[in-house]
Amino acid sequence: MSDDSDGSTGATAASLPTTAAGETLLEVRDLRKHFPLTQGIVFRRTIGHVRAVDGVNLTLRRKETVGLVGESGCGKSTVSKLLVALEKPTSGSILYKGRDVAKMSGRALKAYRREVQIIFQDPYASLNPRMTVGDIVAEGWAVHADVAPRKGRLQRTQELLDRVGLNPDYVNRYPHQFSGGQRQRIGIARALALRPEIIVCDEPVSALDVSVQAQVVNLLEDLQDEFGLSYLFIAHDLSVVRHISDRVAVMYLGSIVEEGTDEQVYASPSHPYTQALLSSVPLHEPALRGQKDRILLQGDVPSPADPPSGCRFRTRCWKAQDVCAVEPPALVDRGQGHPSACHFAEARRVVPLEEGR
Amino acid sequence: MTRPDLSKTSAPAPGAGTPVLEVDDLHVEFRTRSGVVNAVNGVSYTLAAGETLAILGESGSGKSVSAQAIMGILDSPPAVITGGGIFFEGKDLLTQPAEEQRKVRGPGISMIFQDALSSLNPVYSVGFQIGEMFRAHRGTSRKEAKKKAVELMDRVRIPGAAARVDDYPHQFSGGMRQRVMIAMAIALDPRVLIADEPTTALDVTVQAQVMDLLKDLQRDTGMGLVLITHDLGVVNEVADEVAVMYAGKIVERGTVDDVFTDAAHPYTDGLMSSIPQLEAKGGRLTPIVGQPPNLAAIPSGCPFHPRCSRRRIGAEAAPGRDCAADVPPLRLVVPGREAACHYSEEVLGV
Repeated sequence: MSDDSDGSTGATAASLPTTAAGETLLEVRDLRKHFPLTQGIVFRRTIGHVRAVDGVNLTLRRKETVGLVGESGCGKSTVSKLLVALEKPTSGSILYKGRDVAKMSGRALKAYRREVQIIFQDPYASLNPRMTVGDIVAEGWAVHADVAPRKGRLQRTQELLDRVGLNPDYVNRYPHQFSGGQRQRIGIARALALRPEIIVCDEPVSALDVSVQAQVVNLLEDLQDEFGLSYLFIAHDLSVVRHISDRVAVMYLGSIVEEGTDEQVYASPSHPYTQALLSSVPLHEPALRGQKDRILLQGDVPSPADPPSGCRFRTRCWKAQDVCAVEPPALVDRGQGHPSACHFAEARRVVPLEEGR
Repeated sequence: MTRPDLSKTSAPAPGAGTPVLEVDDLHVEFRTRSGVVNAVNGVSYTLAAGETLAILGESGSGKSVSAQAIMGILDSPPAVITGGGIFFEGKDLLTQPAEEQRKVRGPGISMIFQDALSSLNPVYSVGFQIGEMFRAHRGTSRKEAKKKAVELMDRVRIPGAAARVDDYPHQFSGGMRQRVMIAMAIALDPRVLIADEPTTALDVTVQAQVMDLLKDLQRDTGMGLVLITHDLGVVNEVADEVAVMYAGKIVERGTVDDVFTDAAHPYTDGLMSSIPQLEAKGGRLTPIVGQPPNLAAIPSGCPFHPRCSRRRIGAEAAPGRDCAADVPPLRLVVPGREAACHYSEEVLGV
């Protein structure tokens, strides 16, 4: 068992601030994933790289929910795949309970894969249409047989279905017999079946209708309390992320530009991108209409195959100066109380304060 | 320009319009092998020039099908318009021959869709597709049509329009493709633009740009805008009036301010409390229980009653107002507000 001793640094927990949440479970350090761009059919040449994830640092503690927000193409889903070891990082490390996942193999990797589960966005594509719900939920036990004794599996499956709000009698039904919200519950039951420590939720409610979305959000919150789960909650809906997260990280073009508690990021955003993002979200209270500080960004997100030099956001930023093209800003606290990757970080209230109604 | 009729009446001050589009008791059903699906069950609304009407509803509420019926692009079969009328400038489109209907679509009413990539033809340049509007409806020459396409691309703020007119849809980003589709839709100065989830597939920063563009275009041309969406935030920021749809019916209608501040229908109320806020973390969400109804078997009485926390059935109900038996009509509850609930006064607290 050589892998058991690998990567255990042990130094990580000490450097972190203590919060209400527990010990550090997962620590991501300078994570990078570059996908090669190739040309030619017989002789494939690499002509460049898509820098999908380019230097991400994240910490997830026990019973905590960290929200990761960003627009399409910012690399947030690649982060989720890296975390559940569906992709191998180009460089950087993922430390789980102090041990480097990249150096795990055999039993340790198997245990990691059990303890870190994922829920996908599309409940139509992420369930095998030819398997019954019972088989889908129980499938993980074929690999991780020690989690559920062979004898009580049917009963355990039914308990899980009941727990996520589905009729336990539906074990023999197929995914197409369920609505989108119910399918997402099946996906959640499947993740829970292996008694994970962490669930990576990759846009779990984005495909759902508003009324059903709230049901699933509440379910995720209840399960967290009941089983002591930690979530990495990836989404593009800023309101949902604020609602569910203890801490929020904002991602732009492969790296994190701002991080803090939900209050820090939403009430006093200090990175221009976070400010623009928040100001673009339409609010649903008539009383708050027009009170928002409107920032309209120009242009589109640059290609991650050819990101701008220095600060990645500088091409769309109204604050950009010469230094931004030269020096990539580090994600550090510049006096705002939370880290922000902008040379000219300055807190600005974009979202109006809630008014009692 | 050979279109004196429509352009003369265009561009009144926004909000001060006469009805340009009127939908009256529209019924659409899908006749499938496994039964009849009642997608739209009596939808009525009017739209004035310069006005923005939002049709708010979840998937399967019939909001898109009613728009497709207006545009005459329902897949038929299986879809059949089984009743009602669609009046454009006073004339019922459904009773007119196909050729007459075709003349209205484009110059009179046009539509943009959610998914710009699949709505555009991948093998023709965007300039050709925008110009097609002029060639088909006005018989404009190719050269002239291309010139107009560049003008329109400029108008929808596509940077470098002249250089990009010969590019193909896949060479544009999502937001730019949506602008191309908007350019096609406004090419012939329609009086009514139907936007079916125009920003749902876009990121929020791009969504804000596209909504701004639509608002500016509307202000410039005085067209009426029917905005179909499930996003309460977009409705609040863009629309004047809102019609909330559930199970193929309008369940509540009024100004956005009124409806969003104090809902008169339990479904609207439920939607409002289902969504988390951006401006505060908020407490636990109160979702609507259960699932949206199956349109092949819509519940009796009020279609929302199985999910409604205020339902009154049997002995609890007032005579003729049993939620499980009596269908609540869309009625005026307070001035300017209609709702299809037997107990709207209680919901409103008036």
